[in-house]
Amino acid sequence: MEKFKTLNSTVIPLANEDIDTDQIIPARFLKSTTREGFGKNLFRDWRYDSQGDLKEDFILNDPSYSGSILVAGKNFGCGSSREHAAWALYDSGFRAVVSSYFADIFKGNALNNGLLPVQVSDAFLETIFELVKQDKNITLKIELIDQQISIPGTNHKEKFKINANKKSCLLNGYDDIDYLISKKSQIEQFEQTHKEF
Amino acid sequence: MGKTLFEKVWESHIVDSIENEQEILYIDRHFIHEVTSPQAFEGIRRRGIGLFRKNKIVATADHNVPTKDQHLPIKEVLSKLQVDTLIQNCKEFGIDLYGLGHPYQGIVHVIGPELGITKPGMTIVCGDSHTSTHGAFGAIAFGIGTSQVEQVMATQCLLLERPKTMRITINGELQRGVSSKDIILYIISKLSTAGGTGHFVEYAGSAISSLSMEARMTICNMSIEMGARGGMIAPDETTFEYIRGREFAPDGAALEEAINYWKTLYSDEDAYFDKEYTFKAERIPTMITYGTNPGMGIGIDETIPDNDSDSFKKSLKYMNLEAGSSLLNKKIDHVFIGSCTNSRIEDLRVVAEYVKGKRKADHMKVMIVPGSKQVEKQAREEGIHQVLADAGFELREPGCSACLGMNEDKIPDGEYCVSTSNRNFEGRQGPGARTMLVSPLTAAIIAIEGKIVDTRNYVNKVATA
Repeated sequence: MEKFKTLNSTVIPLANEDIDTDQIIPARFLKSTTREGFGKNLFRDWRYDSQGDLKEDFILNDPSYSGSILVAGKNFGCGSSREHAAWALYDSGFRAVVSSYFADIFKGNALNNGLLPVQVSDAFLETIFELVKQDKNITLKIELIDQQISIPGTNHKEKFKINANKKSCLLNGYDDIDYLISKKSQIEQFEQTHKEF
Repeated sequence: MGKTLFEKVWESHIVDSIENEQEILYIDRHFIHEVTSPQAFEGIRRRGIGLFRKNKIVATADHNVPTKDQHLPIKEVLSKLQVDTLIQNCKEFGIDLYGLGHPYQGIVHVIGPELGITKPGMTIVCGDSHTSTHGAFGAIAFGIGTSQVEQVMATQCLLLERPKTMRITINGELQRGVSSKDIILYIISKLSTAGGTGHFVEYAGSAISSLSMEARMTICNMSIEMGARGGMIAPDETTFEYIRGREFAPDGAALEEAINYWKTLYSDEDAYFDKEYTFKAERIPTMITYGTNPGMGIGIDETIPDNDSDSFKKSLKYMNLEAGSSLLNKKIDHVFIGSCTNSRIEDLRVVAEYVKGKRKADHMKVMIVPGSKQVEKQAREEGIHQVLADAGFELREPGCSACLGMNEDKIPDGEYCVSTSNRNFEGRQGPGARTMLVSPLTAAIIAIEGKIVDTRNYVNKVATA
């Protein structure tokens, strides 16, 4: 997993609420047996029409927006547990998603893949949407060590929460499996007394 | 202070509580399928480690399999590759696979319970969000991502923050024709699609304890649709009776010992829940969804509500429906009866009982996909397949099918499908497909009538699960 420390980027705003993982990547594109290459089908049915042509009114198809931060309406990533959603976002160059609420499984999947979910207040989210409406080139600064998100050039900033272990994993680029493997003897010991009925 | 059912089961599986509010949770059973496991196997190979406890893993092929001619090679190249990869991985790592052609094959959340693998007090995971189904037995069961599938393969454990607890109590008697699917659609419509996020739900009350195991599974199955990590129901005599005699269930003295333990799995009277909700069973109508998330549900005779949010408007536009209008008399093109929510034998029995001697509407296409080979076999033994065929319905072979449109079973662009599945997301059943979630009985009535009707006028003589 790649390390995450600080991210400074323009944003792509996607104000829809309750964006489910079927939208992020539809089931018919989950047939690969590797983790790579899902980016080309990110938001497939929002990006392309049934003929396979780009839908010009969808924000990801608007070349005046770019960046590695997706800013989305509340309850982002609900529905299916498919980790392919996190892979598709990462594969498309996103390194952080900002929303006022994340679905649990998506949040965990994102963290396990170096994609930082930043949960902000409804008001802060609204501010980002407002400012980016006025100026597509505004940037967000996400500092993981300080757990702070700010909008450079303005007074807007906010602290965000992240589990301390997940934070340390992201900062150092390692994953939970390495840690759990180091606990093997303890797990074996647990099994000695654990009875499964 | 007493403990909740959730806390009793969770705490008996903690290997270690570590700093940073995380716990190492031991996993008793790990179900895998072809879509979310290949990358985890690849990770295990890359790390050069084996599986920690291969006998705690059970595999099946369900998401990506055809539901016709399963005895023939899979036509779709990528689907075949994925199913073949599962076969190869299970062979290489020594995992029990109930794949295509096996008499136990079926949807992972149908076969676990029916084979007696799912039991009270267990921790169960699977790379599928509807793993919450198994919570109907008083197990802690939840969906995980592929990185976590790899974690469990490597260590039989997960590193987790403990979810908060929520209890939803439903007391009273359901109206005739109202089923467990209506209960859960009603709850989600009240709590919203994010109302359960961060929580593990316990369903309680007389309207829950009077349900069969299969009806309880339908409720726990859709816990994820309100954002909850999982849902569970305290085991009772109904649970024990269901388990007794199943293929992998304990028997004799072992079963009695197990039941004695299972009887301790309930929430103590003075247990604390972070959130509590109570509903009256009598108030729950026959439900149907009108929008593009499972929280957008109404009583079938109610009008579509109005809401100013852009997301709500976008949703109605996708569905080509208008706020303030009624769904009654709306022509429907497809009915899908299946999925891990409603594809069990009781569901097929309800459908068969209603459609017996009737004939589907001429324009209607009806697809019925049993949850497993065992359900299919049982349906044939009971003559259900003939009743369905006489009504013009097609009984297919087991799989996830049109619930998620991964295989060929898709609903065409712009057409309406009344479905017993769990998600009405945009494009879920195929690009442009418009899904309305209902119970099996409601689906059966609409299949016959060809349009949405006030089902209360049709169910006077029917008993429902």
